[in-house]
Amino acid sequence: MRKLLVTGAIAVAALATGAVAIAAGTTEHPPHKHWHFQGPFGTYDRAAAQRGYQVYHEVCAACHSLSLLAYRNLMELGLTENQVKDLIKDIQVPDLNDDGQPIERPARPSDRFKKPFPNEAAAAAANNGKAPPDLSVIVKARENGPDYIHALLTGYVPYEKLTPEQIKEFAVTKDDNFNKYFPGHKIAMTPPLADDKVQYADGTKATTDQEASDVVEFLAWASEPHMEDRKRTGVRVILFLLAMAGLMYAVKRSVWSDKH
Amino acid sequence: MASSHGTPPVFNNKVIAWIDHRLPVFSYLEKEYNTFPTPRNFNYFWNFGAIATVMLVLMIATGVVLATNYTPHVLMAFDSVERIDRDVPQGWLIRDLHMNGASFFFIAVYIHIFRGMYYGSYKAPRELLWILGVIIFLLMMATAFMGYVLPWGQMSFWGATVITNLFSAIPVVGDSIVTWLWGGFAVENPTLNRFYALHYLLPFIIVAVVALHVIALHVHGSNNPLGIDPRGPQDTVPFHPYYTMKDGFGVVVFLIIYAGFTFFAPDYMGHPDNYIQANPLVTPEHIVPEWYFLPFYAILRAVPDKLGGVIAMFGAIAVLFVLPWLDTSRVRSCTFRPIYKWFMFVLVIDVIILGWCGANPPAGFFIPLSQVATIYYFFHFLILLPILGKIERPLPLPPSIADAVLKKKAA
Repeated sequence: MRKLLVTGAIAVAALATGAVAIAAGTTEHPPHKHWHFQGPFGTYDRAAAQRGYQVYHEVCAACHSLSLLAYRNLMELGLTENQVKDLIKDIQVPDLNDDGQPIERPARPSDRFKKPFPNEAAAAAANNGKAPPDLSVIVKARENGPDYIHALLTGYVPYEKLTPEQIKEFAVTKDDNFNKYFPGHKIAMTPPLADDKVQYADGTKATTDQEASDVVEFLAWASEPHMEDRKRTGVRVILFLLAMAGLMYAVKRSVWSDKH
Repeated sequence: MASSHGTPPVFNNKVIAWIDHRLPVFSYLEKEYNTFPTPRNFNYFWNFGAIATVMLVLMIATGVVLATNYTPHVLMAFDSVERIDRDVPQGWLIRDLHMNGASFFFIAVYIHIFRGMYYGSYKAPRELLWILGVIIFLLMMATAFMGYVLPWGQMSFWGATVITNLFSAIPVVGDSIVTWLWGGFAVENPTLNRFYALHYLLPFIIVAVVALHVIALHVHGSNNPLGIDPRGPQDTVPFHPYYTMKDGFGVVVFLIIYAGFTFFAPDYMGHPDNYIQANPLVTPEHIVPEWYFLPFYAILRAVPDKLGGVIAMFGAIAVLFVLPWLDTSRVRSCTFRPIYKWFMFVLVIDVIILGWCGANPPAGFFIPLSQVATIYYFFHFLILLPILGKIERPLPLPPSIADAVLKKKAA
């Protein structure tokens, strides 16, 4: 059994070296926040994620696509089909008519989220030459994704509050957006959130921090809608395997009892 | 040994007897997996052959299912993987099992290799068995590398670019070889297509080499922690039920850890950048391979010359092929090698340090550290091993396996 522990230690060491691979970075580390979806039993906070959808829809969606999601997916956040239909009733999506001519028609729940720009070139042209990233898996595509995105959205420092050293070191001008957490600090995105940028229907006070937390909850869900299913399955699988291991060990002991 | 035991089995079932008379698969199974005499003193390190086999089967099974839903095209590959995750029923489960399975296959195989080295399993008469194992390891590396390219994320693309570019270091024909590998003048759709084809093909070649590995194993039987040959029935037990049960227990324990990662931290061993679709115009800040390649990646970068680095990296694996002849000790197991035993652990630490270097950008103290660790790696195999075998005085070997086992029990 001791050998097994040694083996485990080797495996853990091997994994640890893997973790180092992604821990490199030059900017300030995003502060750790507690998320409802963390931990082996964590679930998405439906109310927060629904508010986050509102933030995405009213703020982020002006520039950022969410191309891997369909409106019907919102039902997984606890909305009914009618509520989803109501949410998207004013959205017009591009399509072709029976004559093959481009038209706009009202969005259906089965449609993917409408993209803010017709194509990547148009997105780049409207945004100083670089298309804003798609947000479908953004939470998984950044180290410590939830913390990082929350920190980024709340980490802007106005030009007036920068120290002369920062202005010099990062060659910041009045037109630049300085963000504490963005690699290189100069970020093309203007501060997207502000207090009361959205009006929450459930009465939650829309502080910048609250908006950022809510949109992260929504984007975390968007990155992995099946997370709760994964964890639930995992608990069952591990319980089964533990019972199986106990059984196997008992059988093994009894088989070997006449030998050692 | 295995070839000389027992009379042919008699089957009571008429159908089985009829088939076996014409195609002796049942006799084979009976002989090789039921009555097969196996040293009675295995520790849990001996589980990892069975564990690796289970992982191989699991990878092929999940891989075939993934292949039915994957699209190997540069414009669609990334989204098709996400589609498997989101829209294919239980697709996320299959994908998480497959991508974490690769890591756990390597964990099992690295422990299996360590076991072979620590207990001298590569020594006569098991040299070919060992060499077949190194071939499996090489095939696994090729398969895993190409599999990592398929999701067509940033690390997929740039990993493929870096690794295929290594071949350009070959004098004269290097550039032509790289163009041939790519199927064009850059990593593009033809590259993805052929990698997909090969990623599907190679596992079946691995299965074939595993079969040879097992055949070679069953000629002289397994080595054991004492490294001495069994001298009679008192030293062995039939493979079934003794080791089928012990392996079964080990496999399930391994699966618990594997399931822990798969279900509760499926992206822990991956790189966040691979959730960004491949973009040939944007180079990631640090290009790193999967964790299981990091020690070799560190060796590659430790040498300041490109061709030299490539030679060192492939040399680090090539040296394993001649390991049976580099080790001059007449004793197999490190249990009886008081000096070499410690150097084995130093080698493990050295490889972990190399992995750490490989994970970090080649700057600052990581440069000299990776160079020292690389030199030590080759020093271990090429100088220490041959010399130590001559000068080390091994501890006295026990007269037999049974003797050692029963003495330990009495103590």
